[in-house]
Amino acid sequence: MMKKLVLSAVLAGLMGATAVSAADLTVAMQDDPDILDPHRANTFVGRLVFASLCDTLFEIDTSLAIVPRIVSEWTWSEGDTVLTMTLRDDAVFHDGTPITAEAVKANLERAMTLPESNRKAELASVSGIEVLGEHEIALTLEAPDAAFLANLTDRAGMLISPAAFDTPPAGGVVCSGPYKFAERVQNDRIVLEKFADHWDADNYHFDTVTFRPIPDATVRLANLQSGDVQIIERPAPNDMATIEGDSNLVFDLVTGLGFYGVNFNMGNGERSQSPINQDPRLRKALELTIDRNVINDVLGAGTYPPAYQPFSSASWAYNPEFDGGGRDIEQAKALMAEAGHETVEFEILYANNSAMQSLFELVQAMASEAGFQIALRPMEFAAYVAEREAGNFEVSQFGASGRIDPDGNFHRYLACGSAGNVGNYCNDELTALLDKARTINDQAERKALYDEAQTIAAEDLPALYFYYTPRTWAYRANIEGFTSYADGVLRLAGVKMAD
Amino acid sequence: MTQMAQGAAGTTAAQPIAKRKGFRGLAKLARNRGALVGAGIVILFALLAIFAPLLATHDPFATAFTSIRKPPSAEFWLGTDEIGRDIYSRLLYGARASLMAGVVSVAIALAIGVPLGLISGYFGGLVDGAISRVIEALLAIPSLILAIALAATLGPSLVNAMLAIGIAATPIFVRLTRGQVLAVKTEDYVEGAHAIGLPHGLIILRYILPNILPPVVVQATITVATAIIAEASLSFLGLGQQPPNPSWGSMLNTAKNFMTQAPWMSIFPGGAIFLVVLGFNLFGDGLRDALDPRDS
Amino acid sequence: MLQLIIRRVVVAIPTLIIVSMLIFGLQRMLPGDPILTMTAEESNPEVVAFLREKYRLDDPMPVQYLAWIGNVLRGDFGSSIRTGLPVTEMILQKLPITVQLATMAMIMAMLIGIPAGIIAAVRKNTATDYVANTVALSGMSIPNFWLGIMLIMVVAVQWKLLPASGYVPLTQDAWLSIRSMLMPAFVLSTAVAAYLMRHTRSAMLGVLNSDYIRTARAKGLLSKTVILKHALGNALMPIVTLSTLLFGDLLAGAVLTEQIFVIPGFGKLIVDAVFTRDYAVVQGVVLFTAIGFIFMNLVADMLYILINPRLRHPQ
Repeated sequence: MMKKLVLSAVLAGLMGATAVSAADLTVAMQDDPDILDPHRANTFVGRLVFASLCDTLFEIDTSLAIVPRIVSEWTWSEGDTVLTMTLRDDAVFHDGTPITAEAVKANLERAMTLPESNRKAELASVSGIEVLGEHEIALTLEAPDAAFLANLTDRAGMLISPAAFDTPPAGGVVCSGPYKFAERVQNDRIVLEKFADHWDADNYHFDTVTFRPIPDATVRLANLQSGDVQIIERPAPNDMATIEGDSNLVFDLVTGLGFYGVNFNMGNGERSQSPINQDPRLRKALELTIDRNVINDVLGAGTYPPAYQPFSSASWAYNPEFDGGGRDIEQAKALMAEAGHETVEFEILYANNSAMQSLFELVQAMASEAGFQIALRPMEFAAYVAEREAGNFEVSQFGASGRIDPDGNFHRYLACGSAGNVGNYCNDELTALLDKARTINDQAERKALYDEAQTIAAEDLPALYFYYTPRTWAYRANIEGFTSYADGVLRLAGVKMAD
Repeated sequence: MTQMAQGAAGTTAAQPIAKRKGFRGLAKLARNRGALVGAGIVILFALLAIFAPLLATHDPFATAFTSIRKPPSAEFWLGTDEIGRDIYSRLLYGARASLMAGVVSVAIALAIGVPLGLISGYFGGLVDGAISRVIEALLAIPSLILAIALAATLGPSLVNAMLAIGIAATPIFVRLTRGQVLAVKTEDYVEGAHAIGLPHGLIILRYILPNILPPVVVQATITVATAIIAEASLSFLGLGQQPPNPSWGSMLNTAKNFMTQAPWMSIFPGGAIFLVVLGFNLFGDGLRDALDPRDS
Repeated sequence: MLQLIIRRVVVAIPTLIIVSMLIFGLQRMLPGDPILTMTAEESNPEVVAFLREKYRLDDPMPVQYLAWIGNVLRGDFGSSIRTGLPVTEMILQKLPITVQLATMAMIMAMLIGIPAGIIAAVRKNTATDYVANTVALSGMSIPNFWLGIMLIMVVAVQWKLLPASGYVPLTQDAWLSIRSMLMPAFVLSTAVAAYLMRHTRSAMLGVLNSDYIRTARAKGLLSKTVILKHALGNALMPIVTLSTLLFGDLLAGAVLTEQIFVIPGFGKLIVDAVFTRDYAVVQGVVLFTAIGFIFMNLVADMLYILINPRLRHPQ
């Protein structure tokens, strides 16, 4: 009897109050972000936090069109080299100081000159900044830069209070977003609290927003099921059915802007000399052995849209004409025979995680049917990055998280001498087209150039694309107003939680 | 572990007095039902590993896109994995890597650790000081980190992974042996042996080694388990068994993402590790009893 | 005893020097580069060059080592390349968490492992012994991630008894803090309990076979007192060695368990730092845990002497 009483007392204690107020939101992410300074940060998950913490000059809507944020109106000069921006006059930083043209200038200068800044490339075309009035500022560009506004929708266009440039709170930053920094415990949580003086404060409905890194997808989902968190980022594709079958949960999926595939070492050191890197027919043959639908079904449970080009269907630069016809082993064998090979050996380098492991084991199996003998070389991430940079690979994993402007998905990886072009692929004609596309603001004109560039890339095949990164979310059914964007960033405007 | 038994028997055979005891130990081992079951399990898995090509029902690398994550059936005895490979066949081939990783790394750790611990504990003084400092330093570095660093430096392969795991597991054997030696050293019979002027080597072999072996054997059989799991961590980082060759550990690593949808992916490799660990430990218990000089 | 402590502190110095050299050297032998790893997709040659300079990555190794060790002696462990936070601060933030988790796990393991080992030894080759052994061995061979996820699914999601994950500081809400640590501590304790059980059983068997216990047994004197007082006392040596080592291991963190239960302890910190080549963090944490190890070894040595007084006067 006594024992029973004790037991029930213990149980009651264990059950304890874990009640969460409807005004507190907890979001579980896949990783812990790096430094919370938008000008220095690198990680993707950091962008999820920044979207609530730091306002940007421009914003995108769900169709990826540029819309106003801190900038209320803007005009381009004749020739597209001078951008004149009018700032809204009711925006303030978290420390209470107003957002003025001077503050914007100070931020852009910081992002361009801070030695540790990772935004330099995004702002490289800026040659002059002129304050025209309290809320008016003009930027002069060296040459027209079509991707410029898109860059200002992200970290390059985020504003930190100049008074706190050098004196951030420990682990945080003083920005101007709808939520302000409260606390950070590394690998545990980042807590933001509502910023009552935000110009759009009525549209943000939570008192606190907590971001928690939960690396394991199964555990993220378990935390969502138990109600410990309300929104999770990137649930595993194979959990989709479970989530959709649970009336307390909602699954959300949009096609992202990023992709996964392989790129070839076309001219970076000795390993570019292997047959697969020398003969485009062999690369074409390899392409023909890959069944993207199988990758989509087997690995993505239907969430990995087949990819044949650097732009996903979410981008205006996407052209369905470049989507390939699918698998054809006979044609692959014929191409190999034409190139004088019955079997072709090569090695794929990739960063080891279970998703990439399965992907390349699948690729290995599919390609073997035509006579490709693929060796797999998984390496932990740091070693993988170093090997790629050093050109110590034949064929490598190729992935990009994707940019709003198509330039960031193409030029960066395949133009001669570009920073992300580790295979040293160089085709002058293609580079000229991509360079030109950078300087034109007209979408139709740019698309024509990208189509032309894609035709060349389809001949040379310096890279193969396998699938587009899906942007998946799952959340409790009492979350209202959740909207997903192709860039995978969480924007909390209008999101509420019913009691 | 048979290696260990031979080693122990070999040592004692050199000593006429201890010889009978060595035989008695073996006889005792043969009478121990637990030890026999344990040895049986280990031998069974070793045979499965050796004859994997004959016993496998499928190509362990062949993917079948139409049958991914299928539960056990007549066609796939233990089900299929996330890209449609037969788990039963992969389990057989995986036994090779996992058993090797377990046994070889423990053998390395024993071969380095026990002699060092004996020397350190027995002689004391400067030698003990030097060995103890290095061992403490190695112990102070988390063993997985040590193994990762060694394996990454040596280059990715199963052999190097075993070497790295073995070295990372060595310090604990040194500590354990040394601690036991310190305890045994003050026993009357050791002090007596000193008093009549027996050489150190003889004292160590005849009086100290037999007395320190029981905890070392227990530790060794446990370490087999940790080594199999450590191989899993290393292979996951690309530092162990190279894909698509399976090891039980790497199978478990993949299975982690499918625990609820495809429990058979984790249950069978996990069960295999459990059985092998059980086998080694039962055998280790018998060996411990057989080696215990005070047990009759 | 005081003499022993002083001696141990003095000999700890060379150990720490070896640790510092080992960890410094090992990391730099690893392929990969901290700056490239960090900037990855966005790498900008200018920024990379600046950071390499800032963290003195291009200096010769001995110069880097001496610069680091010099700062350490002045109490400055450097700062993380990745987060920019001072290493000392990161360590202090995680120390109470790891100590709490390790202590809870160790207590659980001792409460399970030692009695189970004693019972198994006393009832050797009976059903009790076999059951205890099998349970212990399954504790060792069930992977932590599997047990952890299963516990979350059942205890947190199905029964809603405990929080699924997360950490609450003891000072903020002691009861909630202990509750949220129960599952991870239990998962960690399974392997440790198995180790302890196996070694306790083995050591107890050795002692139970010794002459005086056998004599006591023959006279029918084998009471709980004999087992606990005499037998256990003599069997303690390897158990103490092992417990201190295992506790030291627990203090170094347990990456998978921390990751599954989202406990921000040393394990995840150090493994992440190794993988991102965040040198200063790895070096700082390892040096710190090394001090913990040495302290545990000192404790072990003192316990040896308490147990076996003859060691007080080494020949």
